[in-house]
Amino acid sequence: MVDQKPDRSMLRRQAVQLAEALWEIPPSAKHGMRVPARIYATAPLFQQMDDGVFDQVTNVAMLPGIVNYAVCMPDGHWGYGFPIGGLAAMDPERGVISPGGIGFDINCGMRLVRTNLTYDDVRDRIPDLIDALYKRVPAGVGARGFLKLSDHEFREVARHGARWCVEHGYGWPEDLERTEERGAMPGADPDTVSARALERGRQQVGTLGSGNHYLEIQVVKPENVFDARAAEVMGISIPNQVVVMFHCGSRGFGHQIASDYMQVFLPLMEKKFGITLPDRDLACAPFASAEGQAYFTAMQCAINMSFANRQVILHRIREVFADVLQRDARDLGLQMVYDVCHNTAKLEEHEVNGTRRRLLVHRKGATRAFAPGMPDIPAAFAAVGQPVIIGGSMETGSYLLHGVPSGRQAFFTTAHGSGRTMSRHQAKRQFHGKQLERDLAQRGIYVRSVSYAGLAEEAGAAYKNIDAVVAATATAGLSEPVVRFTPVGNVKG
Amino acid sequence: MPYRLLDDAPTADVGFVASGDTLAACFQAAADATLAVMLGNPEAVQACTQRTLRAESDRLDLALLIFLEELIFYKDSESLFLRVTQVEVTQRGERWGVEAQAEGETIDPTRHLLSADVKAVTLHRLDVRQVDGRWDATVVLDI
Repeated sequence: MVDQKPDRSMLRRQAVQLAEALWEIPPSAKHGMRVPARIYATAPLFQQMDDGVFDQVTNVAMLPGIVNYAVCMPDGHWGYGFPIGGLAAMDPERGVISPGGIGFDINCGMRLVRTNLTYDDVRDRIPDLIDALYKRVPAGVGARGFLKLSDHEFREVARHGARWCVEHGYGWPEDLERTEERGAMPGADPDTVSARALERGRQQVGTLGSGNHYLEIQVVKPENVFDARAAEVMGISIPNQVVVMFHCGSRGFGHQIASDYMQVFLPLMEKKFGITLPDRDLACAPFASAEGQAYFTAMQCAINMSFANRQVILHRIREVFADVLQRDARDLGLQMVYDVCHNTAKLEEHEVNGTRRRLLVHRKGATRAFAPGMPDIPAAFAAVGQPVIIGGSMETGSYLLHGVPSGRQAFFTTAHGSGRTMSRHQAKRQFHGKQLERDLAQRGIYVRSVSYAGLAEEAGAAYKNIDAVVAATATAGLSEPVVRFTPVGNVKG
Repeated sequence: MPYRLLDDAPTADVGFVASGDTLAACFQAAADATLAVMLGNPEAVQACTQRTLRAESDRLDLALLIFLEELIFYKDSESLFLRVTQVEVTQRGERWGVEAQAEGETIDPTRHLLSADVKAVTLHRLDVRQVDGRWDATVVLDI
């Protein structure tokens, strides 16, 4: 390990503002940086970022094989290894793969479902719907899903992701078309996953988790439609239309795979691969090594499990709406808009200095945002670009955006959420869950939570302003907003 | 309280410093802290079942990490909250070993005040050291 503790605030001061929402820290700022570090943020968001972000994004710039620059998104905040909101594209021949660049919650992501309903149709039924969702979509510590899977079946889930679910009756065939990677990474191999990881995740398909994971009923107010054409293409065209959005990942399965491979990489990093980095959380292996490839295939199993998790939760949502409203789910128009990942590493083709190159793109708390006409997005979205779902806090609202051609500057990547500004510990001291629940009810947001302590940690004031984050992505040319959603009901883990 | 929460942990996570007169007491305090992050009333966990937790590493801090991950593993795989009742930390040559007895029960949201679901023990600031004759362990949990 390099024993170097630079003044973190010094790093912030060395950033040069290149554009209204783009800053760059040169490689000279810290010994070992191979490329510059870039931070997408307006001046106020830049000033709000904690010092840890600058330390971490410049550490990422030291990773072998990194291409162009280490990047942090406008919602960036201090994580471990990479900042949350971190992006790094690696040369697959010379570069590394790092679990710290993906996150413990592999393929944590967002899914958005439209309906034919307006807020007036369901205003009085929101508590019934949320109460039923709270019962049918298990949340919180230790929650188990309704699917009782054998080891063999769970391996099949890890191999085939959301496709397994649809084939077993938990979803509609068209859901797959509306899921990133069509709901399954083809390279997943459960033989590279430990027995402990399989055991940890086997009973968790269809569970929400806790922390910042949630399931929300939201409304699109007419004044919050910014691009009516794109909104219509994405299935949002009715004034005050009701949608359902949820945020969750690969649960204990992904967490264990990340932990397992951190332990594999740590002792080998210096001794076998000759890689020296200032932070153990950046533990990595050459992508082309046997260890790097094993992690890549195991990580893809977690991506698939997470797609399956969100697919089964969608199935439950359709059941709940059909039961509570006594109408068929198809008649209610409960179709998927899209499903995006925000914690992954994927092989993608990008243009670098005029040449097409295959790159391993790490996104940790960052969302792929492919532009109009790019392959790998559903044909329906070819003209408007890939839908991007950015979740805000349960109080403030969320966004649907689309990818843009100028996104190529950041390997077609944008933000993933509003990003915390206050620690969980501090939020718990400042807010009280029961009071928050009452305050939200007065503002027309009905909340059910497994944990009042957890609710307090997720108070809106603990997060950055989602409107400012989304505006920064537009100013920076990373994505453009389509509609803004207002929450009316929330299930929190 | 043999542990205190860190005010300067990464924004989205929870960190603590656990202390003890011996390594065993320090590790036990770290296990108590980990349970308390997940559960508002650890005293409500009844001793309905027992588990033996084991960890081994050539680094002391990694032995602590692997030991704490056992608690997280049982929380997900068997929906168990476990309280560690006894810990033994040994050193044989270059290897550190941990063996602990734990007792607990199936998670019951009607009696247990659920708090944050711990995803993993991170390497961030992970440290075990002796300070003025007392052992301090610094741990950051991913939430």
